[in-house]
Amino acid sequence: MNTEKNIKTLVVKKPLKLDCGKTINNFPVAFETYGSLNENKDNAILVFHALTGDQFVTGLNPITKKDGWWSFAVGPDKAIDTNKYFVICSNVIGGCMGSYGPSHKDPETQKTFGTDFPVITINDMVNAQYNLLEHFGINKLFAITGGSMGGMQVLQFITNFPDKAKTVIPIATTSSHSAQNIAFNELGRQAITADSNWKDGNYEANNANPGKGLAVARMAAHITYLSKKGLQEKFGRKLQEREDLKFGFDADFQIESYLRYQGSVFVDRFDANSYLYITRAMDYFDLVKQFNGNLSDAFKNTKAKFFVISFTSDWLYPTQENKDIVIALNSIGADVGFVEIVSDKGHDSFLLDVPDFLNALKNFLDKSYIELENEK
Amino acid sequence: MKNEFKIISDLIEDNKKVLDVGCADGTLMQFLKENKNINVRGLEISKDKVQECIAKGLTVIEGNAEKDLKQFPDKSFDYVVLSQTLQAFLSPELVLDELLRVGKKAIVTIPNFGNWKVRLHLLFKGTMPITKSLPEQWHNTPNLHMCTIKDFVNFIKSKEIKMIKTLALNNNNVSNISNNNLGTKNLFADLGIFLIEK
Repeated sequence: MNTEKNIKTLVVKKPLKLDCGKTINNFPVAFETYGSLNENKDNAILVFHALTGDQFVTGLNPITKKDGWWSFAVGPDKAIDTNKYFVICSNVIGGCMGSYGPSHKDPETQKTFGTDFPVITINDMVNAQYNLLEHFGINKLFAITGGSMGGMQVLQFITNFPDKAKTVIPIATTSSHSAQNIAFNELGRQAITADSNWKDGNYEANNANPGKGLAVARMAAHITYLSKKGLQEKFGRKLQEREDLKFGFDADFQIESYLRYQGSVFVDRFDANSYLYITRAMDYFDLVKQFNGNLSDAFKNTKAKFFVISFTSDWLYPTQENKDIVIALNSIGADVGFVEIVSDKGHDSFLLDVPDFLNALKNFLDKSYIELENEK
Repeated sequence: MKNEFKIISDLIEDNKKVLDVGCADGTLMQFLKENKNINVRGLEISKDKVQECIAKGLTVIEGNAEKDLKQFPDKSFDYVVLSQTLQAFLSPELVLDELLRVGKKAIVTIPNFGNWKVRLHLLFKGTMPITKSLPEQWHNTPNLHMCTIKDFVNFIKSKEIKMIKTLALNNNNVSNISNNNLGTKNLFADLGIFLIEK
């Protein structure tokens, strides 16, 4: 299963019944860890990645040779301080960084799964990742956190395992994927499947790669991660290495060139079928519906301390959707804090150097850890 | 910590659950948490103040009392505290109703517009009063609905809200307000402190 020597995997022997009805077993969950687990095993933080993230949270990603996706937040002396905490992150199932996904071979047919891979959900992802707690012998995590789809996993995890985390930090997320977000995901999927190299998902067997479709999917999505103001300030109408318009369809504007670049580098590191599967999982996420319209019921069995964070310019997972989580928690008297961070950087704010955000995250974690220590 | 907060904290028994509405930098919350083992939450509109509270390890929700109190269930706190901000709301009456719905009891403090210094300022200077507890000019004050201690007492009575304790703070002196001394207290107190329930 494990083709890359830099990828650590846990092979889960226990069968996992998926929401789609199928059962998987002997499947790999690829993970990475940072910092060290203390003797009491009470300093572990499980980080969940977003749509295109992976287990390589910080430092150099050994596969892409780029910085980890949350390098601003995680590392020695950073908000999630790896001098103090043991950080675990795993690639979601359905992903393409070593965990069980559509680019794996079907054990029955020995052919690459492609679209024969079962459709997975956020619930399936967290149930798969739960096995890491047993693997490390951790009874209770100090914290779980993640932004965007990572935040959805945070909410689902504490719902499924209410006594397995002391603090819960969903960031820039939602309890129910909105029509607008489903629409953007569908746009991305259509771009991929419209690429003639997609070959009904069997591109690998056909030595093809639907790179153009995947790049367009990434370009469209990338716009949704930014804000109008941020784009205007960074690019405006600036031209790309030219004095004047060229009256053609080459990238005249810097923003065009930037998006093309974002699309092209994404194709090198991401699998088109994984993009289909993971966006589907996000679209299917509706914790409100899982609890028959009452989100509070999702959290009624947990005593965990919550801290919800949103960003002013995030129009993909706007403040109101994050506040809905806060409201559901308050209505059952849960311990919940909330802050909206001012930032022009859009949904991507949680991944970037936004000091107010990073300070709030650090202060919440460090104070909570001291408090929990004192309670012993 | 200012006197007002000491008096408020004396009104609250140990080990209770308290919501501090407009908790600012969390000074009162921190005192209650550390000295009286209070399970305390804050609601604060200023992002900077929310950050200060988080840095102190306090549980605070960024929000607006006029919009965000409704998310809390009935009688979910033993006490709800509102310090010197009732007069700054668009509808003090609705906020007061919400405080008494969310809390079993509420502690409300108001800067006293009936204080003699305020009265003299308007009488002799003919301009809107500016004092220690009312430092802003008429055009930049957040206060929309100033009232006197007597106004507030009458208001509470008209709403059939029970006054458990009413205190006047004048410099550093705390005293009880009763029907007999209401006129005097209304003239000399800087601040009225009301423990009420419905």
